[in-house]
Formats: sequence, structure tokens, C-alpha cells
Amino acid sequence: MTDLLDRYTEVAGRDVVEHLRQLAAPLSGARVVHVNSTREGGGVAEILRELVPLMQALDIKASWEVISGSPDFYECTKGFHNALQGITVTIPDALLQVYEETNRQNAEYLRPALEEADFVFIHDPQPAPLIAHIPDHAGPWIWRCHIDVRRPYRRVWRYLKRWVSQYDASIFSLPEYAQPLPHPQYLIPPSIDPLSEKNRDLPAEEVTAVRERFGLDPALPLILQVSRFDRFKDPLGVIQAYKLVKKLSPVQLVLAGGGASDDPEGEVVLNQVLQAAAGDPNIHVLLLPSDAHRTINALQRAADLVLQKSIREGFGLTVTEAMWKNKPVIGGDTGGIRLQVIDHYTGFLVRTPEGAALRIRYLLHQRDQLEQIGERAHRFVWENFLITRQLREYLTLMLGLRFGEADRIEVGV
Amino acid sequence: MDPDHTHSPPPSPFAARDCALISLATGLAAENLREFRDALLKVHEGSIYHHFWGRLLHARFDEPEYLNDFASWAYHALHEKALAERLSLIYPGDHPDLESLRHEVVEIVEQRLDESEQVPWAKADQLFYFVRARLVVFDTGIRVSEPRELAEVIPRLSTGSVYYHFIDARRRTSEGCDDFTAWICAHSPDCPGLRDKLAAIDPYFSSLKETRRRLGELFNAYYREGATR
Repeated sequence: MTDLLDRYTEVAGRDVVEHLRQLAAPLSGARVVHVNSTREGGGVAEILRELVPLMQALDIKASWEVISGSPDFYECTKGFHNALQGITVTIPDALLQVYEETNRQNAEYLRPALEEADFVFIHDPQPAPLIAHIPDHAGPWIWRCHIDVRRPYRRVWRYLKRWVSQYDASIFSLPEYAQPLPHPQYLIPPSIDPLSEKNRDLPAEEVTAVRERFGLDPALPLILQVSRFDRFKDPLGVIQAYKLVKKLSPVQLVLAGGGASDDPEGEVVLNQVLQAAAGDPNIHVLLLPSDAHRTINALQRAADLVLQKSIREGFGLTVTEAMWKNKPVIGGDTGGIRLQVIDHYTGFLVRTPEGAALRIRYLLHQRDQLEQIGERAHRFVWENFLITRQLREYLTLMLGLRFGEADRIEVGV
Repeated sequence: MDPDHTHSPPPSPFAARDCALISLATGLAAENLREFRDALLKVHEGSIYHHFWGRLLHARFDEPEYLNDFASWAYHALHEKALAERLSLIYPGDHPDLESLRHEVVEIVEQRLDESEQVPWAKADQLFYFVRARLVVFDTGIRVSEPRELAEVIPRLSTGSVYYHFIDARRRTSEGCDDFTAWICAHSPDCPGLRDKLAAIDPYFSSLKETRRRLGELFNAYYREGATR
């Protein structure tokens, strides 16, 4: 496990890892349980896959549990997801009953671990009611919301709030997402792991091989969007932007995405995308398995620039990933993308397909700008959005909950 | 100034710390200038401090046109250039405490409300969110025995260290001064020569990297000039 910390020292810096050691020392041996609803697909699973071993390397007894449910359960929680992002959604009582019953059943299965845990982190709405079924828990429970809840559909939020209010603290990615709740609300943006398969350096030959595998033309500029086939990611808007660029500049587009096991709407959106792309050999729609991290890494490295034209976005880890690989990002002017894409410095914020097309054309014709923006983007991620920063903030939160809510916490002193 | 007088080492070394902030929502937000004034009146004073000073620890690429978060919002979200200019001229160092600072911000906002025929509004996605922060302090393991060593040590310190010792110290210590001045004046005859020079470096108007550079240059010049004299 020390080897793991050594590897982070190489990438993030000695001071950064030393800070983690100092913060973790008072928490040594603490039992920490993370709970979410999928082990594969989506940003939450990716963060937990890296965060839990890192906590373990710091002598914290961290574990990761996943709740499971029927298709009705996921239909209900997808409805929550849409409603929290502002869509008016009516969720039938029968689905809410499935949701509550599924949580009751999972609580029975998870009860021993959750009762004795010193800290429990519940991720997103899917497992939120677990707290109601574990009344005799030892440590504080924290609800971690990864969703853009700037303007939630109030009726659904009122329903979910009955569970969330029972927690000792909550975490949101941005101040805009915080809600009236009777407990401290921490603001912690997510992060990427520079050592993961998705983000580590790759040999040039591997990037070339992936380009060949998908029939991409090495002589043609490549623009890429990596995301689930989800209406909020606006893949149709990306195709529209590509078509506007193509009128004046030769270019190829890759839309790479996969489904997540808790997202029943993906297939509908994918079919719309396939229809819009039909007949154009330079649009490549790649449906990748959820473990194709290295392939996505190679595609991001092969791209000239990366799009994330979301119309709603909790944070947008694909933006962070692309920036880490020195790619300028043209992102939707929304949510956590604004935290990462500093307009004209690390990329461009756009509101329309036309805006995206304008910036794509600019960058493809101003190669020196493309490189400078890419370098700044990499530096910005190194300073702000690596997993070591997120872990530092989780540990600070845990110390705050354990030792009081003072304005300053001193460790290693 | 005579750095040669520093031969007797100070009795306790300077322990260099580092720090980082973790942000918390206050639950207060403003969509227009009147809501902003109302929130200013009741927000935790730690939030006032954060929006003046904590911003220095945030990543940024250029020197800000306006020097605190309130002024930036007035300009970028309300498009109130006059208000932004007035807010930006507030110098937090002029105020004995945060209540006094809060009072000046409120006064300026109320003056603008009196002047305005309509209450200035921000777009729905450009609200001002009042945030406060908790500071976590780390030990760097770096110890300085003599003030002259600071010339070599300061360029190696992180921006978090600069924030902790040169900014946070002013509200942490009873003297209300930075940690370098407090330590030098407690232990070294270099105090008269350095105190005023350190006081002349105002961190409010610079990035932390720039403040670190100026501190390094100050100590370097002071001791190098003394050594060659």
C-alpha cells in the first residue's frame, strides 16, 4: 500500500501526499463505508474505484458497497436523476414503493457494515433511504450528491429531502447546488485519478492502434465527445456542431459512450444519435463497454480537441480527463464545466451548437492557441482536480465531524 | 540595517506550516442587489473574510480586475461598474475587525441602492452564493533557525504556506501582524530593519505567487546586501 502512495507522490507531489498522511493519522483504523448503486459505468463508480484503495493505503478501513434493485427501481431513480436536474417528472407511487422497499431490503443485507461504520458516505439518491433503516449507527452519515441540483423539480426534491435531512452532513460539487438542509453542506468538486487506466500516460503505438481499430483517419482532425448517451449531454447538438464545421473544414467526429447499469434511457438517446449520424462515414458512434477505460484514454489522446456540450452537468469528469491530457475543451456553459473550463484559458464555454462550431473552427486553425490552452488545462487539473485534493477534503470533513466544527483544524503540528 | 547582528540564533525556530481551505455553503444567495444587502447583514462573518481573502487560494489565471468576490459579482453578474469600482476599493486591512468591514460593504451597497431607479438583477444562473471556509493546517517539517535562512526557504514554500503565515496570521495572532514579522521581532535585532519592509508588502493586491516572490526578494536583498557590506 505504501507503493500506492509513492506512485501518487510521483504524480501529485511529495507535499500533497504528506498532507494526506497528516490528515489521516488521527483517523487511523476508522471504518468508512461508501455506498452507491452501480459498480460499473458513470463517474461515481470511477471515483470510488480509486478513492477506496487510497483511503486504505492511509490506514483507513474503507470499503465500497453497492445496492441492487429491479428495473423498476432503476426507472424510479432515473426519474429522480432527471427531476433533480430540473425536468418535471411524475413518479408513480408504485415506483416509489419499489424504491423504498429496495432500500429496506438492501439495508438488511448491509446492516452489519453500516451499523458499526465510523463514517458512512451515501452517494446520490439511489441509496438515500438506507439511513432510515439503520437507526442505531455508530458514526456520522454523509450524503454525497454528484448531480446538478441547481433547480430541482420541487415535488421530487421534497420527497427525497425527507431522507437527506436525516444525514449529519452533505456534500455538493458547487455552491449553486446546495439546498436548505438542517446540517453542514460541504462543497467538494470531484476529481480524476492520474494513475488510473483512464488517465495514465500511454505509449504512442497504443494510441495509433486504437485509431486504426476504429477506422479513424490519422490525417483528419479529430473531435471527440465521451459521455453516456444521455439527453443532458446533448450528443445531437454535437453532431449539429460537427456538420457546421464540416462545411468549411475537413474533420471527423467520435461520439464514444457506454451505458450505465442504472440508466434505462440510454438506448433511446443512442438510437436518436445513430439516426442523426447515418450516412456520414466521418461520424463514428462507438458504444464501448463500461471497462473500456484504456480505449477512452487513447481516444482522448488521439483527439485534437474535446467537446462536452452538456446542457446540464453535475461536474463533468470527462472534461477533467481531457484537460489532463493537454486537450482544450469546448464545454456547455453549465454546472461543473464552468469550474473547469475557464473561458479562453483552458477552453471555451458555449451555449449553442453554433457556438461550439465557432470555437472548433478557431482552434483547428490556430494550432499554437490549441497547444497553449491545452498546456494550461493540464496545469489547472494538476493544481485543482486530482483525486488527492478530493481525498484531502473528505478527510478534512471527517475530522470536522469527529472533532467539532471549529473554523480551523491543525494536523501534524 | 545590519544583518551581521544576527549571530546569536533566536531561541525557538520558525516552524513553517502549510494550509488548505475546504468550503461550506452558508445557505445564503442573492439574485439582486437588495437580496445581496440583506444577506450581507446576516451572513457569518467568516463568509465576509472568505470573499475578501480566501479567493487568493483559488486557482486563477490572471490578475483580477476587481479585488474581492463582491466586486467581481457586481461587475460580471449585475453589470454595475460603478458599484464594482467602489467595492473593489475597500481595503480590508483598514478595518479593525470583520464587523467593521461588513459595515463598509453594506454602506456602499445601500448607497448604490439609493442611487438606482431599479434594483439591479443578475441572470438566474449568476446568483451570488455566500460561502465560508474551514482552514486545515499542516506541518511542512521545515524549520528556520535564523531569519537570514528565510531568503532561501521562502521561494520553496507553497502558496498555502504564504497564505497561512502572511495572511491568516493577521487574524490569528494578538499582534495582528504576519508570522515572519512576529518571529523576527521576538527573536532578532533585525526587527527594525525588516518590520517596515514586510509591512509594505500588501498581499491583498497580489497573487500568492507574487507575494512569495516579493517576500523572497525582500529577504534576499536584505541579507545579501548586509553580507556584502
